[in-house]
Amino acid sequence: MSLAAEVRTQYEVVIGLEVHVQLLTQSKIFCGCSTRFGDPANTHTCPVCLGLPGALPALNREAVTMAMKAALALNCGINPRSRFARKNYFYPDLPKGYQISQYDEPLAEDGWLEIELNGAPKQIGVTRVHLEEDAGKSLHEGFPDSDRASYIDLNRSGVPLIEIVTEPDLRSPEEAYEFLTRLKTMMLYLEVSDCNMEEGSLRCDANISVRRAGVSEFGTKTEVKNLNSFRFLQRALAYEAERQIKVLEGGGEITQETRLWDSREQRTHGMRSKEFAHDYRYFPEPDLLPLTITEEWKEEARRSMPELPAARKQRFMREYALTDYDADQLTHSKALASYYEEVVKQGPDPKLAANWILSELMHLLNDAKKDITESTVTPRNLAELLTLIAQGKTSGKMGKEILAEMFASSRRAEEVMAEKGLRQIDDVEMIAAAAREVIAANPRQVEQYRNGKTATFGWFVGQVMKATRGQANPQRVQEVLKKELA
Amino acid sequence: MDLTALTADEVRELLRNKKASAEEVCREHLNRIRQKNPEVRAYLTLSEERALKQARKVDRLVAEGKPLPILAGVPVAVKDAIVTRGVRTTCASKILENYIPPYDSTAVARLEAAGAVILGKTNCDEFAMGSSTENSAYFPTRNPRNPDRVPGGSSGGSAAAVAANLATVALGSDTGGSIRQPAAFCGIAGMMGTYGRVSRYGLVAFASSLDHIGPFGRSVRDVARALKVIAGCDPADSTTADIPVPDYEATLEEDVRGVTVGVPQEYFNGLSPEIGDNIQKGIDRLAKLGCKIACISLPHTEYAIACYYIICTAEASSNLARYDGVRYGLRAAGHDGLREMYKKTRDAGFGAEVKRRIMLGTYVLSSGYYEAYYRKAQQVRSLIARDFLEAFDEVDVIVTPTSPIPPFKLGEKVDDPLQMYLADIYTVTASLAGIPGISVPCGLTRTEPHLPVGMQMLARHFDEARLLQVARAFEKSGGFELM
Repeated sequence: MSLAAEVRTQYEVVIGLEVHVQLLTQSKIFCGCSTRFGDPANTHTCPVCLGLPGALPALNREAVTMAMKAALALNCGINPRSRFARKNYFYPDLPKGYQISQYDEPLAEDGWLEIELNGAPKQIGVTRVHLEEDAGKSLHEGFPDSDRASYIDLNRSGVPLIEIVTEPDLRSPEEAYEFLTRLKTMMLYLEVSDCNMEEGSLRCDANISVRRAGVSEFGTKTEVKNLNSFRFLQRALAYEAERQIKVLEGGGEITQETRLWDSREQRTHGMRSKEFAHDYRYFPEPDLLPLTITEEWKEEARRSMPELPAARKQRFMREYALTDYDADQLTHSKALASYYEEVVKQGPDPKLAANWILSELMHLLNDAKKDITESTVTPRNLAELLTLIAQGKTSGKMGKEILAEMFASSRRAEEVMAEKGLRQIDDVEMIAAAAREVIAANPRQVEQYRNGKTATFGWFVGQVMKATRGQANPQRVQEVLKKELA
Repeated sequence: MDLTALTADEVRELLRNKKASAEEVCREHLNRIRQKNPEVRAYLTLSEERALKQARKVDRLVAEGKPLPILAGVPVAVKDAIVTRGVRTTCASKILENYIPPYDSTAVARLEAAGAVILGKTNCDEFAMGSSTENSAYFPTRNPRNPDRVPGGSSGGSAAAVAANLATVALGSDTGGSIRQPAAFCGIAGMMGTYGRVSRYGLVAFASSLDHIGPFGRSVRDVARALKVIAGCDPADSTTADIPVPDYEATLEEDVRGVTVGVPQEYFNGLSPEIGDNIQKGIDRLAKLGCKIACISLPHTEYAIACYYIICTAEASSNLARYDGVRYGLRAAGHDGLREMYKKTRDAGFGAEVKRRIMLGTYVLSSGYYEAYYRKAQQVRSLIARDFLEAFDEVDVIVTPTSPIPPFKLGEKVDDPLQMYLADIYTVTASLAGIPGISVPCGLTRTEPHLPVGMQMLARHFDEARLLQVARAFEKSGGFELM
């Protein structure tokens, strides 16, 4: 029972995101325990992150620097003084009964991130970026007594997070998807997070409302949680927007509530409001001093920031004469952009390299469901292939075959070319010999050609290519044929 | 010679001259505890094994002719709100009845590193909430000066242990007077340093922005020595100050002539003569020592109790959230589901006063009430702190009564929490301002049954040296006489 398109277009969707990003510090935010993922439960714990009586937090400076890098990349202002606050609630994987977070005095505020959808750039406001600690993990499955008991793993307790809150500037699930993608790219560039949604190092909640087009007030919003992948985010928001429109169209009202995305049923469920009727009783964390950011510290963070995607894209267009589209595609992933630059460093034409990476190599990678970091073709080997093509030692067509083999067997271009006989015949004498054979065998066509039916020239080229099993340099074949047929 | 009646300095001298061993001193104390503790009930848990091991370690130093650390062989009692590795730490609560911490508090670690011998853990009000030690979930402690009376609180066990010669020095914790008031009630000296002077790492939190660890002693010198050992910056407690700790003993005997002593009028309005007369005599004694006495005003004093009980309960409600039965401590049986486990555990594990404060604190932090209570209290706190800062422009030390009343009878006030809160009136102001304070004995009440009276001395932030100097001069002049 889908909504008619005419009805849908009468509404505008308004979305704001709350994104949690785990920082890649070596140790936790308030103690010296390791942040490593995947180790046996409760092996990275101490009195502080276990919330033992008498333990106190001590702030990890590295977490603050990383958070600042993220905030600066999101064009936020860093507050010279911010403060930690306690967010109080009971939950078994929250060992202290409160989370140390930031509330009315966050680390950074008032920034933006540019997204691009269908070629149109748009700035999405970033309300704030603040630091907080992660909670542990409740394990409800996989134990012999899981029907009766839950287990707690506190390895994650105290791992540093930043929370990024956007303005309600997003107008469609696609924009939300695009924002999260750009944000992830940014964090990966900065190397402050690995943004792995499966491991929980990137988490996203969304606030969504709809309003009739032209209305300036926001509609009542719902908060959608449990968005465990980029696809879920988009689907859940599409579902929720449509649900809200249907409610309004049916004369109903939207209830402000938290809804969970159920990926199996492909729908959102309202949570019993009691479960989320929290009063977090925030108050300043008395165990930590207010966080003072000096100009020097801020500069230290700024200096350690790498070139960001937008700047890299501009540079690619400038230095390598790439199109906007190609530069955008290449810089979308830091790893891909770096791969590209590694290739170009070896000497091949930058434009040619861009084409080959974005079409042929990406094709092979996608088919193999691999990431650029897992490419079996090293930048050096790809550059070698491109050089062989440029030098006419092999053709573009044969190059594709060679690349496929290189991809399959991790071998070098020269080697594959030699073994598979994919070397291009460039020798004029060899080509002339083949051409003469073709001419001798086809006197009628030769006569027609000489009588002015020059359109058959392409047929002669084809015949010579066939005779050389496709290995002759087509350019050379044309030159030779022109001479021989004259 | 009675090895339990010595000062820290005398213990060390004895060891150095090989007149007694640390083990003998330790055993003598353990014996006395066995005799006297059933009556005083100062200790909750003894750490005999740990104590003897440490005593023998000190004796080895003596035997090897190595230099003796400053608290070598000194028997110390530790309030049960301060964690000790491998030694049960209950906070006098049922909820931590069988809790054995896996780490040492910084203060205890520093004491042991200085040669002190930790005898055991002392009784207190549950989670340090109370003024009489009657809120202990286990049993009340009796005042060694008069067994019908309370020893004060919340660090009543520590004060009683020192007063009854069941330890030479003791650690207590002070949030709104919990060291100073029991020191006054038991007729000994007890001190709270500046907030940030002593690490709170390992002090089970009651109200983090007000909590302090501090020493009790039978002499000012012992207090100074113990404070010197436990004071100083600690990376594990971000609120400790990175300010050098002076050698308090080096300036202890300095002359106090010319020191200006402020007497805040607000602390004497309506004060009963049985306390007021002693304090006035104490002030006269200071004048005789050459101190200049000045009348001062701390105008926001009347708001201190309300302000204090809002802030401390707010912080307590959050600090005590971790006792949920999930990871350690009591977990109530017979629950059906998580919520019920929380409820039953906390209902069975916490006593009435703790529950009262958690509820008060939860209320003042709730949305809609935060501004009117918590925020307002923080503003008042700033005003109270400013009162002191302005006063210290004029004077070096402020003296007041420690408590408006002498030690009361066991059971006398347990049913009247408000009366109990009002007994903190003279001590909470310094806690709110974060300044250092000491309570020293100031005679006995004139009437029967002649109970100890304490005089509180306060000084500027990080001016503990001055405070100890004045306290020492007062002690030398005979001001400590309790007979």
